[in-house]
Amino acid sequence: MNQTASSAAVAEEAAQYLTVNLGSEEYGVDILAVREIRGWTPVTRIPQAPSYVLGVLNLRGAIVPVLDLRLRFGLTREEYTATTVCVIVMVAGRQFGVVVDAVSDVVEVAPSGIRPVPDMGTTVDTEYLKGLTSVGERMVLLLDVDRLLQPQDAQMLDAALAATDTKAVA
Amino acid sequence: MSKVDLAQFHKAFHEESLDGLDAMEQALLALDEGAEDPELINVVFRAAHSIKGGAATFGFADVAAFTHVAENLMDEVRSGRRPMEKAVVELLLRSGDIIRDMLSLQMAGQPGASAESQALLAELSAMVAGGSAVPAAAAKAAAPAEAIEGWDIAFRPFDYLLKTGNDPARMFRELQGMGPLSVSTDASALPPLASMDPTASYLAYTLGLAAGAKRAAVEGVFDWVDGDCDLTITPRVAAPAPAPAAAAPAAPAAPRAVREVATNSEASSVRVGIEKIDTLINLVGELVITQSMLSQFHDGVQDAQLEMLRQGLAQLARHTRELQESVMSIRMLPISTVFNRFPRLVRDLAQKLDKKVVLDLRGETTELDKTVLEKIGDPLVHLVRNAIDHGLEVPAKRQAAGKGDTGTLRMEAFHRGGSIVVEVADDGAGLNRDAIVAKAIQRGIIASGDGMTDDQVAELIFEAGFSTAAATTDLSGRGVGMDVVRRNVMDLGGTVGITSKYGQGTTFTITLPLTLAIIDGLTAAVGEETYIVPLVSIVESVQVKAENVRSVVGGGELFRFRDEWLPIVRLFDVFGCSGPRRAVDEGIVIVVEGEGTRIGLFVDELIGQQQAVVKSLEANYRRVTGISGATILADGSVALITDIAGLVRLQGRRKAA
Amino acid sequence: MANILAVDDSASMRSMVAFTLRGAGHDVDEADNGRNALDQAGGKKYDLVLADVNMPVMDGISMVREMRTMAGYSGVPILMLTTESDVNKKMEGKAAGATGWLVKPFDPDQLLATVARVLG
Repeated sequence: MNQTASSAAVAEEAAQYLTVNLGSEEYGVDILAVREIRGWTPVTRIPQAPSYVLGVLNLRGAIVPVLDLRLRFGLTREEYTATTVCVIVMVAGRQFGVVVDAVSDVVEVAPSGIRPVPDMGTTVDTEYLKGLTSVGERMVLLLDVDRLLQPQDAQMLDAALAATDTKAVA
Repeated sequence: MSKVDLAQFHKAFHEESLDGLDAMEQALLALDEGAEDPELINVVFRAAHSIKGGAATFGFADVAAFTHVAENLMDEVRSGRRPMEKAVVELLLRSGDIIRDMLSLQMAGQPGASAESQALLAELSAMVAGGSAVPAAAAKAAAPAEAIEGWDIAFRPFDYLLKTGNDPARMFRELQGMGPLSVSTDASALPPLASMDPTASYLAYTLGLAAGAKRAAVEGVFDWVDGDCDLTITPRVAAPAPAPAAAAPAAPAAPRAVREVATNSEASSVRVGIEKIDTLINLVGELVITQSMLSQFHDGVQDAQLEMLRQGLAQLARHTRELQESVMSIRMLPISTVFNRFPRLVRDLAQKLDKKVVLDLRGETTELDKTVLEKIGDPLVHLVRNAIDHGLEVPAKRQAAGKGDTGTLRMEAFHRGGSIVVEVADDGAGLNRDAIVAKAIQRGIIASGDGMTDDQVAELIFEAGFSTAAATTDLSGRGVGMDVVRRNVMDLGGTVGITSKYGQGTTFTITLPLTLAIIDGLTAAVGEETYIVPLVSIVESVQVKAENVRSVVGGGELFRFRDEWLPIVRLFDVFGCSGPRRAVDEGIVIVVEGEGTRIGLFVDELIGQQQAVVKSLEANYRRVTGISGATILADGSVALITDIAGLVRLQGRRKAA
Repeated sequence: MANILAVDDSASMRSMVAFTLRGAGHDVDEADNGRNALDQAGGKKYDLVLADVNMPVMDGISMVREMRTMAGYSGVPILMLTTESDVNKKMEGKAAGATGWLVKPFDPDQLLATVARVLG
């Protein structure tokens, strides 16, 4: 990976972001949340999971869920290839993997360089974005990783499932 | 000055105090039964003594004050001034309870003396000879101020003084810290060089301290050598003040018997945080998987040159298994840690109900997983209360039934297969079939008892709603029914059964897994996936014929298993698998039992049996209905473990809907 | 700094003593009864021994008596950790050969002051 920290004066509190590709767009993930980047390996499907949760994998003995960022954002699923990568992140004590098309870069972003996301023009629901920034000519959308796999999600899902469980066979 | 935060030792103090209180209780109960081992008395004394010392050190004044009085009472017994009578045992047992409560409150950050503890403290104080008051911590008599300008000290150590570890030079330095010191030495007692003992002291000293230090401070320097020297301390004053009391001990000096302490059975041990052990267990689990991956690889290697590798792997396999066994055993503790509370419980209950009960504990050294042990206590207490309350009769009734007036309650733990069995058996009245059937009908659990075997009737007491708060006494009931006992045991992956003979007694049999961290499982293929079914839940695996299957309105299927019709739960559907969906006669039905209900799990194929290291799915994800956890297979992939109780509940919901 | 052996059957008390002394730069070993303390003292020379009185297996007083007979332990300071009600224990301890005592309850500062007193 190229270390292309922009040569412009970097503010002290600048944060580093790992940028990943999703279709034609580039997204940034706070590097402090990133634990590991690995190639795609098959996972074990989990029952009753939302479609974007692909399953779980064995990460040195821990059972770690993996979600597909494309599916999370309602895009069509891409074939997983040799370049497909899984970024393992740790948020609030939980580890999970995020499958993206490719990893491209590490960029430094000063807080002043983050602008609010206009509510249009991106495939990703602005709910999952912290903001957007420019790196040279490129536009990078900064992901709010915390919200990708929310506990509230899981709870709502449980409730929904419990309801369908009983209805389905009644 | 040091900045040591004493709070960091509170947890260790609390834990060891609880251990001490348990040991104290056991010793008291043994003494109560007439044991005459002086070491038992020492155990009780030592427990009280240590708790008092620790409590005072770590700032738990209430506990220290209370324990001090209990210790005094115990000291009277120890020194032979008071016989170990029933009343003393009773009072000390209650004291142990109070101390335990006080400690818990302290740890919860709500210290304070309850009315109960005050009352008991009064009782204790009344019993202790002279009812001596609790000395305040560090109650040293303050010396009255003296108008002293300095001190003259004549100090002649006896020849052995150096051997006690005391050193005149150090003592002089201490005095020097108080002011200008002059020292003159008298070497007249020095023997000829040839006969000199280099470790003996022969010198005498005359010291002059030119400062008005407190008498207590000056005397304090010689505190430890009192009796090991000739010493005169004279103040330089015009009118000498009366000598104040030196550091005065508050308690009267009591004659004490010194006893050589007999050997103690306590094995030396280390307290280790459970999370450290779990990490170790996880790592060993990994090692087992790696080892089994490697051995699969070597199965394919033909080259003779690799014979060494083959041997090495075989060795690795053996060592890994041994390592795993010994690591797993760290979590194992003897069931005596749970059984220990029962002598007291049984004694108190029997007393309260005017029944005579002998408790027969067996297999106390049987080891169980720590987590299982922690959770099995409550169900056992419930069964024991139940047995004494409802099972065992009062002496008159027993005599009328031609039995001895003392009932027996047997608690026994032993290994059976890969499980631990704990039995709670009484020789009491046994279950009354008619009464149970009547009650079950009244509660709407069954329509009629006709055709039910005695065991089936007995099983009814585990039904939710069978026992209610209104129907139970304050002893066994507490508003919790046997269904809760069953659920608690189920949660541990165990089962509970009952056999009873009217007039002869009742036996509850709890079967528990050896450990929760590893399960024996059957690996089954479902669609393109692999699931693990815990062996402990499996009744039988059968192939069913299409003609033995009935479809039910609404989409369910039932199949005939022996005399009953069981619902078929297709894991393929429940878990939403992909791939070809097999017809019912193309697969295998695993008959499993959970929460007392049997269902048939339909899977495509059985792959084999294996031990699975249970991993949490919730740690990084969340709970999944029908899944209790995950494990890692030999190829490094993840397989999910089915939650039989959960699947049974799910099936129940479907039926109800 | 000194090699110190802390002997007490109470783990909390032992860790408090050890923690405090280590904080002052000493090397501290621990033993949970007199017998184990003797075993440890047999394998290593300590500059100071702090011992509780009431302990299972072997109490502090018997420990002092035996330790004084061991090679190299004739003049080593041994302090008894005793409670104030144990007046007789102080004397018994002294008779057995203890150097002095430290009265429980003590706080870390009192402990350090007493240790400084014997280590000079």
